Amino acid sequence: MKDKKQLQVNAIKDGTVIDHIPAKNLFKVISILGLDKIETLITFGTNLESKKLGSKAIIKIADIFFRDEEINKISLVAPDAKLNIIKDYEVIEKKVVAVPDNIIGITKCFNPKCITNNEPVKTKFHVMSKKDVTLKCHYCEKVMDPEQFVII
Amino acid sequence: MMYKSLVSISDYTKDEYLHILKLAAEFEKNPVQDILKDKVIASLFFEPSTRTRLSFESAINRLGGRVIGFSDSNSSSVTKGETLKDTIKIVSSYCDLIVMRHPLEGSAKYASEVATVPVVNAGDGANQHPTQTLLDMYSIMKTQGHLENLNIFMVGDLKYGRTVHSLLMAMSQFNATFYFISPPELKMPDEYKDHLNKLGLKFFEHRDFTEIIDKADIIYMTRVQKERFSDPIEYEKTKNAYVLRNIMLKNTKHNLRVLHPLPRVNEINVDVDDNEKAYYFTQALNGVFVRQAIIASILTLKSK
Repeated sequence: MKDKKQLQVNAIKDGTVIDHIPAKNLFKVISILGLDKIETLITFGTNLESKKLGSKAIIKIADIFFRDEEINKISLVAPDAKLNIIKDYEVIEKKVVAVPDNIIGITKCFNPKCITNNEPVKTKFHVMSKKDVTLKCHYCEKVMDPEQFVII
Repeated sequence: MMYKSLVSISDYTKDEYLHILKLAAEFEKNPVQDILKDKVIASLFFEPSTRTRLSFESAINRLGGRVIGFSDSNSSSVTKGETLKDTIKIVSSYCDLIVMRHPLEGSAKYASEVATVPVVNAGDGANQHPTQTLLDMYSIMKTQGHLENLNIFMVGDLKYGRTVHSLLMAMSQFNATFYFISPPELKMPDEYKDHLNKLGLKFFEHRDFTEIIDKADIIYMTRVQKERFSDPIEYEKTKNAYVLRNIMLKNTKHNLRVLHPLPRVNEINVDVDDNEKAYYFTQALNGVFVRQAIIASILTLKSK
């Protein structure tokens, strides 16, 4: 049988396509980028086949272009994400996400006795390893890995 | 020298540790001075810790400073629901320095960020207690004459004991060799062993220390708490392996000293107390000089 390649999510004219999001973290990416609060057209597909991730998700956001520091926030939950910047149906730029040195907000500290879970304090973490994304809490100094992230 | 808070033992560099220890020696020679005469220091103990609080307050009083504050959160506005931020902001404007003990981890770091005066952490939950570490280092320095190349035995609860973790981090800058003696349930966590491996420092793990005790320069005892064991039978079986008795010190090095952050329960038998190698009571007294040194150094005051 002939291998049939077809687009599973419609193309956009201008905007940003975020590909290679682990399917289980799609909604975390949506919440980190605040996509639930914007009003332009967004389409997404999830549980798509991916050789690398097993099952992946893709988001297409019309007319929105992200600053690097904004998009890098999703590296916590989608470290392999790839971005295509679209202008007039053409990919004009490709980007990958980079794990920043410090993470402010985004995730809670997993230590219930940490001050950030008991007082209105914005969480802050120092990235210990960019490869497997382990974070050290700036306040209680406990180290946590991705399974322990709770996105705010 | 520095006008900054002391929150975590990693806030200080090796030179800064040595500076504090040198200053502590000066205060030990001359502990009663009036260099804090015009200073008001807030002592905020959100959880009770009589020993630490009295040590700080004694240090401040001997230098002529005034202490304001509370010794447990029941007597503060915390009971009215005030946030730590508000308490610290207000107290900042009443004093020159804040000494703070708090049950939540990271509270001292946060306080140092909202305070307009320096904050000295007197213990934040299970996280950090840097003045204890500095007094442990002072005790090692005083009894050994230096801090370099020592064989340091850490005995008991190495998993949860914050004092051993902080002391390890500090002494790892002085080329120490570590011997970890603990039951398997309470072994030194991997992150600390990784730290030593990265620095290329040697460490050994044992379940029992009678065979190797003759190598020790410092034995740092900690309490093995029954609640740490999931199996009470395991506790009963192992508890006696971590009790130090006078007879065990028979063939040890002449410079060996036994330290303990106190309170002790039964992990050091009372028959050790009269041995010249028992140092834990003097260690507690050293805390006063070290705290004098820390406060004076943060407020950039010199010993006379």
